Amino acid sequence: MNREQHSKSKGLTSPDEWVSQHGDYLFRFAMVKLRDEHLAEDAVQETLLAALQGQKNFSGDSSEKTWLVGILKHKIVDLIRKKVREPTLVNVDEPMEFSQDEVTESMFDDTGHWVTPCQDWGNPDKVLEQKRFWEILTECLKRLPPQLAMLYSLREISGMETEDICKELNISSTNSWVMLHRARLGLKQCFELNWLGEVKVGAR
Amino acid sequence: MLTCKNASQLMSQSLDRRLGIFEKAGLRFHLLICHSCQIAYRQLDFMHQLCKRIAAGSEDITSLQPGLSAEAQERILKELRRKQGEQSASGD
Repeated sequence: MNREQHSKSKGLTSPDEWVSQHGDYLFRFAMVKLRDEHLAEDAVQETLLAALQGQKNFSGDSSEKTWLVGILKHKIVDLIRKKVREPTLVNVDEPMEFSQDEVTESMFDDTGHWVTPCQDWGNPDKVLEQKRFWEILTECLKRLPPQLAMLYSLREISGMETEDICKELNISSTNSWVMLHRARLGLKQCFELNWLGEVKVGAR
Repeated sequence: MLTCKNASQLMSQSLDRRLGIFEKAGLRFHLLICHSCQIAYRQLDFMHQLCKRIAAGSEDITSLQPGLSAEAQERILKELRRKQGEQSASGD
């Protein structure tokens, strides 16, 4: 029995069909996490190549799509790691230090109080607003310093534990907390500027 | 007494690690008396929760993205076929 028949018996379609059947889904899934078209395409390609190599390991317990998504998740984390380690972005030999703290500093006065009182966002829980949230988040992440945006993505969008991120990036936990705090406040501010008006109008 | 700045640091960290009892108590007390920080806490938590939902592969958000471009499909197919060729050539 050749490989193709062997795979078919376990419910796998041919690799050619993977692209047409699951390509869009895998790509969208990767886009949500990577927010970069080229990286997302790379992720899909590497996933399908890995799947091709590993198709004899497909157990048939899960659907083909679930199996591919499982591989894709690993590829996404690999790609983010690689990107974070790019020399232009981070020098991995030196712990990441962040001296530019303008955003956070500008939000508090000398006594540590908010310069502008925080304004309620309401409870934007509807799908339409989720969609808007995602669009604005993507925009706002672009405005953060790249290291902060990457760290935030790893933590919040890829859902990695802080401990693992620290090991991977060779930074201390304290450093990661400081950076995540800055990223979150930067995003909060960006959200207030870009979103608050819309939500208020929509909610009333 | 915590300042709002310190409180915001603890709020953020509470999303990444378990706070100590004194930290927790300090933050709670601050939140009792500071309206702005109550809002800030809700905002940070809101962003965290929504990201979590997106991370879980929420279909709603995922389906909003455009699909794979025709060029990318073509390129990936080509790579797949090349690799398939290699595999059968090596008798793997």
